[in-house]
Amino acid sequence: MNGMANYLMKRFLSMALAMIGLTLIAFFLMRIMPGDPIEAYYQANHIPVTEEMLEQARQEQGLDKPLFTQYITWLGGVMTFDFGTSFMNGKSVSEELLAYFTVTIQLALVAFLFMLIICIPIGILSAIKQNSVFDHATRLTIFSVASMPSFWLGFVLIYVIAFKLDLLPLMGWGTPQTIILPALTLALGNIPFYIRMIRTSMIEQMKQPFVTFARARGISESVIIRKHIFKATLTPFVTSLAMTFGILIGGAAIVEMIFSIPGMGRYIVGAITARDYYVMQGFIMMIGFFFIIVNFLADLLCALIDPRIRLKENLS
Amino acid sequence: MRINRSENSIEGEFVVRKKWAFYCSTFLVCLLFFMAVFGPWLMPNDPHVPNMAAKLQGFSAQYPLGTDHLGRCVLSRLIEGARVSLFVAFIVLAATLSISMIVGLTAGYAGGWIDLVLMRICDILLAIPNFIFALVIVGALGAGMKNLVIAIVVVVWVGFARVIRNMVISLKETNYVVYAKICGVPTWKIILRHIVPFVFPQMLLLKLIGLGSTILMISELSFLGLGITPPTAEWGMMISESKTYLMTKPELMIIPGVMISLTVLIFNAFGDSLRDVLDPKST
Repeated sequence: MNGMANYLMKRFLSMALAMIGLTLIAFFLMRIMPGDPIEAYYQANHIPVTEEMLEQARQEQGLDKPLFTQYITWLGGVMTFDFGTSFMNGKSVSEELLAYFTVTIQLALVAFLFMLIICIPIGILSAIKQNSVFDHATRLTIFSVASMPSFWLGFVLIYVIAFKLDLLPLMGWGTPQTIILPALTLALGNIPFYIRMIRTSMIEQMKQPFVTFARARGISESVIIRKHIFKATLTPFVTSLAMTFGILIGGAAIVEMIFSIPGMGRYIVGAITARDYYVMQGFIMMIGFFFIIVNFLADLLCALIDPRIRLKENLS
Repeated sequence: MRINRSENSIEGEFVVRKKWAFYCSTFLVCLLFFMAVFGPWLMPNDPHVPNMAAKLQGFSAQYPLGTDHLGRCVLSRLIEGARVSLFVAFIVLAATLSISMIVGLTAGYAGGWIDLVLMRICDILLAIPNFIFALVIVGALGAGMKNLVIAIVVVVWVGFARVIRNMVISLKETNYVVYAKICGVPTWKIILRHIVPFVFPQMLLLKLIGLGSTILMISELSFLGLGITPPTAEWGMMISESKTYLMTKPELMIIPGVMISLTVLIFNAFGDSLRDVLDPKST
């Protein structure tokens, strides 16, 4: 298990480094705003201000201090999960974000589930029945779905399923039925990539000697597919699934706008339009941290599934 | 290998079909460019002039694809959208290509701590999901075409710089580069003569394949009101403007969406078939 400990240590260090870098980005990104954040906020919201009011606001927010001091103060806040207060309504950013985040996570998780349910069987089937009618039809479908923007797909789904066929509620949030369409919209954008990935890597694994050997031993085809081929496909799948979670949360912003879901994406788009910079900072920090941790966990999971990974990493 | 291929009729047919896919998609890409370049002459009406007397009209001779909620010609706005999307996509392509070339070549060729620092920066930038990062950058800079380009470039260059760096590292070990070094060829000349000509076409290919997703990103950000700003027409924005009329006049939403999908589809097909034609081994 020494190899595992070594690998864990390395991954942990690079995770810590990424987190420090993230705080730098989140902090300095908001400083490239034209003018300063306070002025930008007032301008974006067409609130007439005098120089005195600006000066006072700057002092309250500590914007008149040197940049480095500001960074340290802000970092201290971040450590205790305090991202400051929103300009828009004076509430604590971290509390607001957390409340909206639970909604977005629910949406992303259901979308994730849809993705797995759709991708795994179709991917496996089109790999097994390579070059069949099913395979070609799948390829054509996913090629066109991959070209459609998710927000448009969302509107088409609303129009056809909710309006014309009247099967599901149009929009809104709260009941289990309302989550189906948004989650499906969110999932559809990521499905083409995964079906293609599962198919290619399964086909690749099928050519491996261990598959031929398993066949020679007389193991039934379904066991070979389940226990040998699919398990070997799992590693790249898990790594990119972690990546997808970030993409899903990003895509959620758009889906939430379409279906008027009170999630983080909608909240952040509002904050961006109003130029509420504490909210933007808090948002990017939270998503970044979440994403880094999910990636770290995915790497750990892969190292557990596939011992070759931790060996390779230690050798290099 | 050549003889083998012509003897094997199935594989031969496959190659021919791929050639045709390439010709067709190239033709369609050219058509898109034609539409973008000669847009002003193709538009039946001014895309910005509202005509409240003729709002939300159906298809007619004067307005071939009808009018939107302000009575502007949908077809003209569609053509302007093509101009905007392709223009932004190509600026993004040129900018990312040059930035990632510079960073990738420096990191790969210099190696050592320069490589370490640059790659750590890349790691950190990759830690934030693309779309969210672009969203926040536009948020910090404000909406508009220039800021949209900056945001997409900042987000996209990282991955490519990585690929270039890895390519350069393996190229550095090749005999001809080692030989050039021994002969005392200056570093800049080695890079320009022996490394860039190999890396550049492959990068261009990768970028062309990625054009579709760049166009998607432009329309997604514009849909959220954080990309192209009115009065300039953009497909994503047109869809967002048609939201209110979804139930009464779905064409307003369907037409720009079909346009985006077709454009992205054409570019994806073009990229895929270009790769197949240039490198038949990969499939």
